[in-house]
Amino acid sequence: MSVSDAGKDKPSKNSELSFQEPSQVDKEKRQFLVTATAAVAAAGATATAVPFVGSMLPSERAKAAGAPVEIDISDIAPGEIKTAEWRGQPVWIINRTEEMTAELPKHNGRLSDPMCEITSQQPAYCKNADRSIKPNIGVIVGICTHLGCSPSAKLEKGGDMGENWTGGFYCPCHGSKFDLAGRVFKGSPAPTNLVVPPHSYIDDNTLVVGIEAEMEA
Amino acid sequence: MKKLLIIIALLPMFTFANTAEKLESAPIDPSDKASLQRGARTFVNNCLNCHSANYMRYNRLVDIGLTEKEIEENLLFAGKKVGDTMSVAMNPKDAKKWFGVTPPDLTVETRARGVDWFYAYMRGFYKDESTASGWNNVVFDKVAMPHVLYQLQGEQVLNHETHALELVKPGKLNPEEYNAFVADLTNYMAFMAEPAKQQRKSLGIWVLLFLGVLLVLVKKVKAAYWKDIK
Amino acid sequence: MADQKQNINAATTDLIGWVDRRFPLTSTVKAHLTEYYAPKNFNFWYFFGALAMMVLVMQVLTGIFLTMHYKPSAAEAFASVEYIMRDVFGGNIIRYMHSTGASMFFLVVYLHMFRGIIYGSYRAPRELIWLFGVGIFLTLMGEAFFGYLLPWGQMSYWGAQVITSLFGTVPFIGPDLMEWLRGDYLTSDATLNRFFAFHVIALPMVLLGLVMVHLVALHEVGSNNPDGVEIKEKKDKKTGIPLDGIPFHPYYTVKDTVGIVVFLIVFAAIVFFAPEMGGYFLEHNNFIPANPLVTPEHIAPVWYFTPYYSILRAVPPVLNSQFPGVAAMGLSVMVFALLPWIDKSPVKSIRYRGKLYKGWLAAFVVSFLVLGYLGTEPSNLWGQLGEWAGGADRATVVARIFTAIYFLFFLLMPWYTARDKTKPVPERVTK
Repeated sequence: MSVSDAGKDKPSKNSELSFQEPSQVDKEKRQFLVTATAAVAAAGATATAVPFVGSMLPSERAKAAGAPVEIDISDIAPGEIKTAEWRGQPVWIINRTEEMTAELPKHNGRLSDPMCEITSQQPAYCKNADRSIKPNIGVIVGICTHLGCSPSAKLEKGGDMGENWTGGFYCPCHGSKFDLAGRVFKGSPAPTNLVVPPHSYIDDNTLVVGIEAEMEA
Repeated sequence: MKKLLIIIALLPMFTFANTAEKLESAPIDPSDKASLQRGARTFVNNCLNCHSANYMRYNRLVDIGLTEKEIEENLLFAGKKVGDTMSVAMNPKDAKKWFGVTPPDLTVETRARGVDWFYAYMRGFYKDESTASGWNNVVFDKVAMPHVLYQLQGEQVLNHETHALELVKPGKLNPEEYNAFVADLTNYMAFMAEPAKQQRKSLGIWVLLFLGVLLVLVKKVKAAYWKDIK
Repeated sequence: MADQKQNINAATTDLIGWVDRRFPLTSTVKAHLTEYYAPKNFNFWYFFGALAMMVLVMQVLTGIFLTMHYKPSAAEAFASVEYIMRDVFGGNIIRYMHSTGASMFFLVVYLHMFRGIIYGSYRAPRELIWLFGVGIFLTLMGEAFFGYLLPWGQMSYWGAQVITSLFGTVPFIGPDLMEWLRGDYLTSDATLNRFFAFHVIALPMVLLGLVMVHLVALHEVGSNNPDGVEIKEKKDKKTGIPLDGIPFHPYYTVKDTVGIVVFLIVFAAIVFFAPEMGGYFLEHNNFIPANPLVTPEHIAPVWYFTPYYSILRAVPPVLNSQFPGVAAMGLSVMVFALLPWIDKSPVKSIRYRGKLYKGWLAAFVVSFLVLGYLGTEPSNLWGQLGEWAGGADRATVVARIFTAIYFLFFLLMPWYTARDKTKPVPERVTK
C-alpha cells in the first residue's frame, strides 16, 4: 500500500472541504503504521501462495506412479538391452559382454567427461569406470541430456555409424553420441553424460530402480 | 437495519434445526489414533473385499500413525504397493449379479450420509425373512448388503410394537464391545472421507490468529488516516 | 543516506515520467483513486462492492489452479475432484476456497444489491450502473450454475438435468432447445464438457468486462451515499472538489481494507472449520457420483438459487404447461432491471422515505427469505391442508402468497412510491 503524496493540494483547517492536511507528526505515524501493516500483509500473502505454488508439484498420484520399480534382469542375454519404465521415462538395462566392458576405458580421450566428474549424472556408487554396480550391467535413463529425446541403441561396432564406432547410443534428434556406459563423446550437442538412476539389487536377478544402494563399507 | 442483519444471520439456524435427523451421535474421536488404526484394520479386512475406496491411498494411513512398513505387512493385499489406492478385485458385473447392486465406493461415504447414519447403519441390521439376503436395516430399508459382522454382533430382530431392536442370539462381542468396534470403524470412515480434516483445522487456527493481528493493524491505519476527516 | 534516498526518489520520478509520456498512468491513478471524490458518509453497507471485487479475484485465482487438475469428462470428473482434495498439495484448501467463494460471492452481491435498493443507488443518473450490475448478477448466476455441474456429483447432475429441462417447457422450440443445450438426450459427458467451457472461459470474460463498465460508469457519475444527496452539486469554488467528498485513496482504500480483513476472518473460519456449512455450501448428496439412473430423494438447488426455485414451484401449471412457472422464475430475476423506472419517489434514500415504502420493502425482504428457505425444503414440509383446500401442501400455499408479495413489490412500486409521505432531504450529507 503506497500512500500517495497528494498533500500539496490538501486543504488547510479553515477550508470548507471535508478533509484536511495532516500534521507532520501524523504523517510519520502513518508511514510507520502502513509499513508495519504492509510487512505483515506481505508475510500473509507469501504464506497464502504456498498451497498455490505447491499444488503444481508432483502430486501423491504422481509420486505413487514414480515409486521404485522392480525389474527382472535374468532374461537379458550378454550383449543385449532391455527397456523398462520408471517415472514414465525409459530406463535401459544393458548386459555388456566382457569385450564391451574392456572397450570402455580405451576411448576415454574422446569423451567430454570420462571420469564422471559431474556428480549430478550418476549416484556416487556409480562414479567408476563402467558407471555401474556390477561391471556388466549398465542402468541408464534413456533420455538425451541435450533436449530430451530418447537415443537409439547402436550396440554393435561400426555398421551405419562408421568405422570408429565402438558401440553405444546415438540420438536421432541432434546427433549426440554416447558410449555403452552412457558417457557423451566430444563434439556432441549434449553437454553431459546420460543419467544413471539410483538403483540397487534385491538378488542376482532382480534390480530395483529408484532406491539408493546401500553404501559399501 | 441492524435487526435485519441479525435475522439474516440467524436464519440458517432454523433450517439446521429442522433438517437434523434424530440419530444417536457417533461416539468418535478423530484424534484417537489407536481407534483409527483398529478401524482401518476392520475396514481392510471386512469392507474392502466387496467395496472399493478408490480415492484413498494406502500410504495415507501414515497420517493415523502407521509406518509404510506396517501398512505393507498388515494391511496390503498381495501385489499392491503402499502408494496404490484401495481398489477392489471384485468385478463390478459379478458384484451386481450377486448382490443386485454394485457395492458403492466407500471413500467419501460418511460425507454423503453422515457419521451418525453410518454408526446407526452398522448396528441396525436385523433378521427379516422377507428380503433376499434375509437381513434388513433400520436406517436403510431393504438394504442389499447382508450383515457382514453378524458373527460379532449376533442376530437382532425388530420388535414391531416398540420399534426397538432386540438381540435374540448373542455374537462373539457383547453389545458394548460391538458398539466400540463399530465406533472405531466409523471413526476410520470419517478419516478416510477427508484425511486432511484435522490438519486443515489446526492450520485454520493459525490463519485466524494471523488475520486477528492484521485486523488490529489495519484498524489502526484506518483510524490514523480518518483523523483528517471533518 | 539522505542522498541515497533522494537519488531513489529522483529515479522513481524519472521512471514514472517515462511511463506517463507513453501511458496514462498518473492521470488514471488520479482519476480513479487519489482525485476520485467519494462521499464521506459511507456506512457499513458500502463495504460490499469492494468485497465482491475481492471475491471475484479470489475465484479467478483459485479457479485457475483447480483447472490445472480437474478433468471435464463424465468418467473422470468426480474422481479428479477427490484427486484435488487428497493427492494435490494444498488442493483441499484451494477447492474449499473456491466452493466457499461461490456462496460468499452471492452473499456479498445480495447485500451489495440491497444497499443499492435502500439508498436508491439505481436512480438517475445511475441507471446504467444498475443495469450493468443486473448484468453482472445474471452472469454470476450462470457462472454458478455451470460451475455446479463440474464436481459431477448427484446434486450437480440432477440440478443441471432439472434446469436444462426448464428450457424444454418453452412453447414450440422447447424440446429441441433442451437437446441443443445438453448436446445429448440427457445431461451427459457432452453437457459437462460445454459447461466447463462456459464456466472457465466464456462467462468469466463477460463478467470481467461487465465489472469494468460497471466501475467506469460509477466513476463517471460518482458514488451515491446513504443520504441520496448529490455531492457534486456543492463544490468548493477554488478547487472544484465536492464539499462532502473525500479522495477515495487513501481514505476509502484504508477503510475497505478493514472490511476486507473482517470478511477474510469470516471466510477463513468457513474454509478451515465448516467448508460444507452443514450441507448448504457443499451438499451431502454431491459426495455421491452422478448416476443418471437414480434421482436422490430430495433435490434442491444451492441456497443462493432457492428463492427463484421456490417461485418456480409455486406457480401452478397452466394448460398442462410448466412454462408459466419457468417464466415467473426468469422474471423474478430480470425484474430488478426495471427499478430505475418504476420508482417514482422524489427521494432516493430510505432515510427520507415514508412508512408505505418501508412496509413494502420489509414485506419483500421477508418474502425473499421465506422463499429462499422453502426452496431448500421439500414442498410437503408442513404437511397438507384439509379437504376444503383440495389437500394442497401448506408450504406451497405459503410460497404462493410470498411469490405474490415478491412481484407486487415491483408491480405496485410506481403507485406506492408516488403516494408515500417523504421527509425533506438535507442539502448536504449527514453523518
